Amino acid sequence: MARAAVPGGLRARRAWRPAVLVERRTETSTASTLVLEVDEWAGHLAGQHVDVRLTSQDGYQAARSYSLAAPADGARLEITVQRVAGGEVSPFLADELAIGDRVEVRGPLGGWFVWRPDDRSPVLLVAGGSGVVPLMAMIRARAGTSRAPFRLVYSVRTPADRIYAAELRRRAAEDGGLDVAYVFTREAPEDSPRPPARIHADDLAAHGWPPDFEPTCYVCGPTPLVEVVAGLLVAAGHEPDRIRTERFGGS
Amino acid sequence: MTHTPSSGPYDGNALAGPLSEVFAVEVTTAVARCRGCGRSSAVAELAVYGPEPGLVGRCPGCADVLMRVVRRPGEVWLDLGGISALRFEVPQ
Repeated sequence: MARAAVPGGLRARRAWRPAVLVERRTETSTASTLVLEVDEWAGHLAGQHVDVRLTSQDGYQAARSYSLAAPADGARLEITVQRVAGGEVSPFLADELAIGDRVEVRGPLGGWFVWRPDDRSPVLLVAGGSGVVPLMAMIRARAGTSRAPFRLVYSVRTPADRIYAAELRRRAAEDGGLDVAYVFTREAPEDSPRPPARIHADDLAAHGWPPDFEPTCYVCGPTPLVEVVAGLLVAAGHEPDRIRTERFGGS
Repeated sequence: MTHTPSSGPYDGNALAGPLSEVFAVEVTTAVARCRGCGRSSAVAELAVYGPEPGLVGRCPGCADVLMRVVRRPGEVWLDLGGISALRFEVPQ
């Protein structure tokens, strides 16, 4: 598969362009969605990211990568930022950047961890924590464009840490062919039959796809989760080249 | 490298932006062969350390340094010394 073509063309992708914060939504106690407006944004693929660059008054610059959380809505892009205590960039974006303030973005970026609506294979999405962000972009891009069956297995510490919980509940009920299952690692809801524990093979067997369905698997989260889940999927018989991973981290 | 979960890629996928400054095509989907152990990996699959003073991409198999990208005002340093070959898929 040739995967070199991305929307926007090369020149637009590599240039730093001004972006204005137009809306902020609280997702959890530590995560916020930022809506940025970028002139002449040519669209992007679900799973792609942007680099965001901040410049301080003394000229110091810091750039970080953030996954796009939704399909483009004209010039509006959404990223969801998890605040990392002591981080250099995320606390500023999550708390201090004001409506109307300007940053710079470069993108859309990446061609590996992407889902295209013309891919009709079943899809297994496995998220750890804020690793759900690019997977949510795939779920949102699927609605109305694809009938590919999707299953999301979403590992979080506690029920309060779920990002997009209300929308996922609604979509699981309304978007045909989307199943959502949670794996709680520290504290589960009272009515949950599964005791809190890290994700294990039974979770993927119960809520994923059998290997002979040949699903495309997207795994995103902190490095330890990504490595454990990718290993479990291979051990269960999934072809390594059908498993795409993205490790989240940084500040 | 911190393992603190954040909100964006922190592996070879994160090299897409920095490498877009010097390559004409998407590099993260290219397959890199490690000069040390011979393993072939998509650039997106590399373990990445940084971002300061530069990004370091290591082989997911043997952890050898495959590439280093250092951005300075007005220049990009690119060290591909750990890679014996890069394979790009291109349109026919």
